[in-house]
Amino acid sequence: MNETTEVILARRSAEQSWFSRFQAVALLAITMLAIIGKFYLPRLLPHTEWLELPLLLTVYFGLMRRSQIQALFFGAFVGLAEDSLSPANIPIGMYGITKTLVGYFAASVSLRFNVETRLMRFVLSFFFFFFHAFFYWAMRRALLGQIVPFNPQDKLVDGVLNAIVALPLFAILDRMKLSGS
Amino acid sequence: MDALLSRFRNLTVLIVVVLAQLIYLGYQVRANRDERLIRVWAVSAVTPMAGIVEAIRQNTIGFLEDYFILLDVREQNRKLKADNDRLRLQNIYYRNQLATAEHARALTIFQAQTPSKTIAARVIGNSTVASAKAVFIDRGSTSGVEQGMAVVTPEGIVGKVVSVYPLVSQVLLVTDPTFKLGVESQKGHVRGVLSCDGLGKCKVEHIQNEEKVDKNEWFYTSGEDRIFPKGFPVGTVVSSEPGQGMREVWINLSGAPGGVDEVLVVLQGVHQAIPPAPAEETATAKMLPPPPDDGASKADVKPQTEADKVLHQYEEIGKQEDHVYGGLGSNLPNFNPKPAPKTTTAPAAPANAAAESTATAPPRATILGAPKTPASGTATSTATPAEENPVLPLGAPRRKPATGATTTQPAPPRP
Repeated sequence: MNETTEVILARRSAEQSWFSRFQAVALLAITMLAIIGKFYLPRLLPHTEWLELPLLLTVYFGLMRRSQIQALFFGAFVGLAEDSLSPANIPIGMYGITKTLVGYFAASVSLRFNVETRLMRFVLSFFFFFFHAFFYWAMRRALLGQIVPFNPQDKLVDGVLNAIVALPLFAILDRMKLSGS
Repeated sequence: MDALLSRFRNLTVLIVVVLAQLIYLGYQVRANRDERLIRVWAVSAVTPMAGIVEAIRQNTIGFLEDYFILLDVREQNRKLKADNDRLRLQNIYYRNQLATAEHARALTIFQAQTPSKTIAARVIGNSTVASAKAVFIDRGSTSGVEQGMAVVTPEGIVGKVVSVYPLVSQVLLVTDPTFKLGVESQKGHVRGVLSCDGLGKCKVEHIQNEEKVDKNEWFYTSGEDRIFPKGFPVGTVVSSEPGQGMREVWINLSGAPGGVDEVLVVLQGVHQAIPPAPAEETATAKMLPPPPDDGASKADVKPQTEADKVLHQYEEIGKQEDHVYGGLGSNLPNFNPKPAPKTTTAPAAPANAAAESTATAPPRATILGAPKTPASGTATSTATPAEENPVLPLGAPRRKPATGATTTQPAPPRP
């Protein structure tokens, strides 16, 4: 290895480091945007309460990162951030636990299956949305004793809509290479 | 142990993270305290963007609508239709502006008229929990808002403040399934508890089947929950049917809590009386009130028909015999009394009608064996009628009346 090769490798490593840092910052920014978007989006576009952008980001990160620990921590961070904007009668940690599980399971699935096909992404987005909604409802009912409605038909429709949104969103995120893989 | 942990490292981390959150959750529930610091930071970080988002919403949505609407316009009519669409959008925009202005005006009028002290606020954001019905308003503790205050509109109730931050507050809407509210009906003042299912339907619970609640009847806040002052409109009854144990009363909220932009926070609530229900109109035609019932006018009425005369005669007989028609223990009256001797000085005032009736009374049918009644005006005879005209059996020879007799008693009629 001559000097030129060392310089090239060093430069490439620096570029990768910068890119990795950019990825982390971009991912954080997009995640915050998704959470804030959930706060403001129904005001901008009515009837968009069904859209779960933070959940889709958690699923995408879990599927593409293929690291269970990173995915569960990412899910916990997103969930706790959402919890901090939830009503005061819902304690912090409900979304945190749910999204922690979603991130972990998404990463687990990605280790066994090829999750880069559109069909697989559609199915997994739909499944994780329904799991997320049902688990949150069950926790709210079991842990907090709050009787809240759960309409499976509505949740199925919302799951399909979120899965439809997930396809172009994941494609955009692929182009940005935010997964870092 | 280390080998086991390293083998199931990922699962161990998952369990630890989930358990940590569960313990934290349990601590919050058990201590019944809200982690205020985290929420204050999060809300304070997010809400300053409300102004930007509102500006985007007001300024760019119209442009986007223009773009998407005009995208499919055919080329040859593009300009004309574009103008048309633009004018339509402007019209809609102006209508919305007008509606907003009218709503703001109504809010101001309501604020001035209501005895409760209120402060106007604007909805700036929703909750991140889709199933929880909560919004953020742009008034916080610096404006005097406190936790537990009621939030209303002139049309009805909206919710209550559950969290207060320096510049914003979080309002739990009345449509949230965990929200309960004391209400009272307008007509029967039936009290119940308002509860919504989170899917847009609300019902009043704890109303007995025996209670009367009509359709379209208004419900108002009862003030018993110590959140909403008494007398604020809640909604109208859409269906009221007896249920199992309790009545099923479904109501339509008048305030539309999910779709409001401007609200009023009740800083100091004053209980008001529930307005009385409007009177029900059973008759469609306008009718005069009944005339006053006074006996004088009734006594002055002269008998006009034969039935009136007979009735009047019976009434007179009843008065004379102290008989009360229909009264228990009253003796039977004699409807064939002996006539009172006529005198010229007989008072005619109360018996004015009686005298008239006797004067104009038709000749009574003669009953066999009954004493004859003399005709009026022929009372100059001193002999009794029985002596003058004895009742004779059929076929008996009649005696001719004397020529010098002053009586003009007619011959008895043939039976």
